[in-house]
Amino acid sequence: MTKKVEEKIALNAIKNDVKSHILLNQSICAGCKERMCIRVCPAHLYSRNEETGEMVVEYAGCLECGTCLIACTYGSIKWDYPSGEYGVQYRYG
Amino acid sequence: MDKIDAIVVGGGLAGLSAAYKLAEAGKQVILLERGDAPGSKNVTGGRIYVGPVRKYLPEIMDSAPFERHVVKEMVTVLDDTSALSCEYTNKKWRQGPYMSYTVLRARFDSWFADQAAAKGAFIIPKKKVESLLWEDGKVAGIKSGPEEIGAHVVIAADGALSFMAEQAGMRGPHKPQNLAVAVKEIYQLDEKVIEDRFGLENDEGAAGLYMGSVTQGMFGGGFLYTNRDTLSVGLVLGIHQLASNDHGLDAPSLMESFTGRPEIRRFIKGGELKEYSAHIISEAGIGTMPKLVAGGMLIAGDAAGFALNLGLTVRGMEFAIASGVMAAETAIEALNQNDTSAATLSGYEKRLRESFVLPDMETFRNAREVLDRQRLFTVYPRFICELFDELFTIDDGPKEGLYASAKRVAKKYVLNIDTIKDLLAARKL
Repeated sequence: MTKKVEEKIALNAIKNDVKSHILLNQSICAGCKERMCIRVCPAHLYSRNEETGEMVVEYAGCLECGTCLIACTYGSIKWDYPSGEYGVQYRYG
Repeated sequence: MDKIDAIVVGGGLAGLSAAYKLAEAGKQVILLERGDAPGSKNVTGGRIYVGPVRKYLPEIMDSAPFERHVVKEMVTVLDDTSALSCEYTNKKWRQGPYMSYTVLRARFDSWFADQAAAKGAFIIPKKKVESLLWEDGKVAGIKSGPEEIGAHVVIAADGALSFMAEQAGMRGPHKPQNLAVAVKEIYQLDEKVIEDRFGLENDEGAAGLYMGSVTQGMFGGGFLYTNRDTLSVGLVLGIHQLASNDHGLDAPSLMESFTGRPEIRRFIKGGELKEYSAHIISEAGIGTMPKLVAGGMLIAGDAAGFALNLGLTVRGMEFAIASGVMAAETAIEALNQNDTSAATLSGYEKRLRESFVLPDMETFRNAREVLDRQRLFTVYPRFICELFDELFTIDDGPKEGLYASAKRVAKKYVLNIDTIKDLLAARKL
């Protein structure tokens, strides 16, 4: 019965834009130890690239809740809704 | 700039209620929605209380495509391996007019949009509003992509994140301690299976709340609502607690543990997972409400922070509908007077104060402070579960007197100064 969050997101109707609606300020991220974004994102979109040490965000599965934007009190996250026609389209909601 | 009467930003319940009322009064109104259709970006836990809003929109409330009317409330307190459940039902909930319904927003909101369109509102989907237009220090319209649309009044009903309110300087940045994130899964099951599992008759529904170890001691809880042929199952988690937890807990893993609990598994068993959604909820109450009125602009619904979590009841949609209607009534009056200044539009706050919206928010001003006490999510659930464990357990040793058992468990958890403090705090609720 258990499903990975990626598999769950794959069930959603999502139209991905070619450009990301989430931008990170790597210089702020570099100074962050808590990485709250990783814990709070319900879609697990945030991770740290072990080689470069940079934070990575996969905008494509975004559920558009905005939790990351609120949780990142350092202000590294620039987050906007995807433009009209794009993003998640809830069929149940 | 040419101006229409009103622009509504956002096709949720506040925006749709406003557009419906404006159109009904013969005003030109454009509602811009960023999703494919109103409802497609919206998420609810699951239940609307129609009592408070029936008088605002009777024809909508009486014919809306809700899921099931709720006749059964289930509350479950959980420890790591044990749980105590209780059910409450009342004959009067089985007779119309019903108090509350389970609801799915994609269906309800798109239907509501059709009703607003039938009244003459222009509902334009797939349009994200980027910014507000200003004229002489007053909001004068919106910008969406290359298009600028002028309006005498803009009603911002753009949801809990409300970038419009922020841009207009009507609220400061969101704080993690003021908001929660809800994660929800939809499971499809046969209607009859749902009715059998929950002991329901045709069209009847159940609502479940789960508190204790499902949030691992963090502010929040679990919920379950029966829809017609689906179940809405989810968790609400305080963003601040989730962000700062030391156990590496995240929403997806908590959700997996929640749906893996036998208390939930028995309901969703065999169901097909259809959707995984997330949404934020304002939890701070009236204390962090934005300014509601500016020249040429009103804020309604989640955008205005209208939501109330009292633990056993969680409300938002009624506030959205009522505030949307009152924003429209205020706008109609102002348009009729050819004056949409902040002074004239301030009648909105007066209307909200005379309705249930601001009085309820005021009465429960301290709800978050009372509910956001860690022991509520750790010590008390553990106490309740362990107490019942002692009462029910028969093992190989001689059994202690029931009173002695209860006293011992109570001593361990609740016979202390912290409980007194919690009780004193609870008086504010």
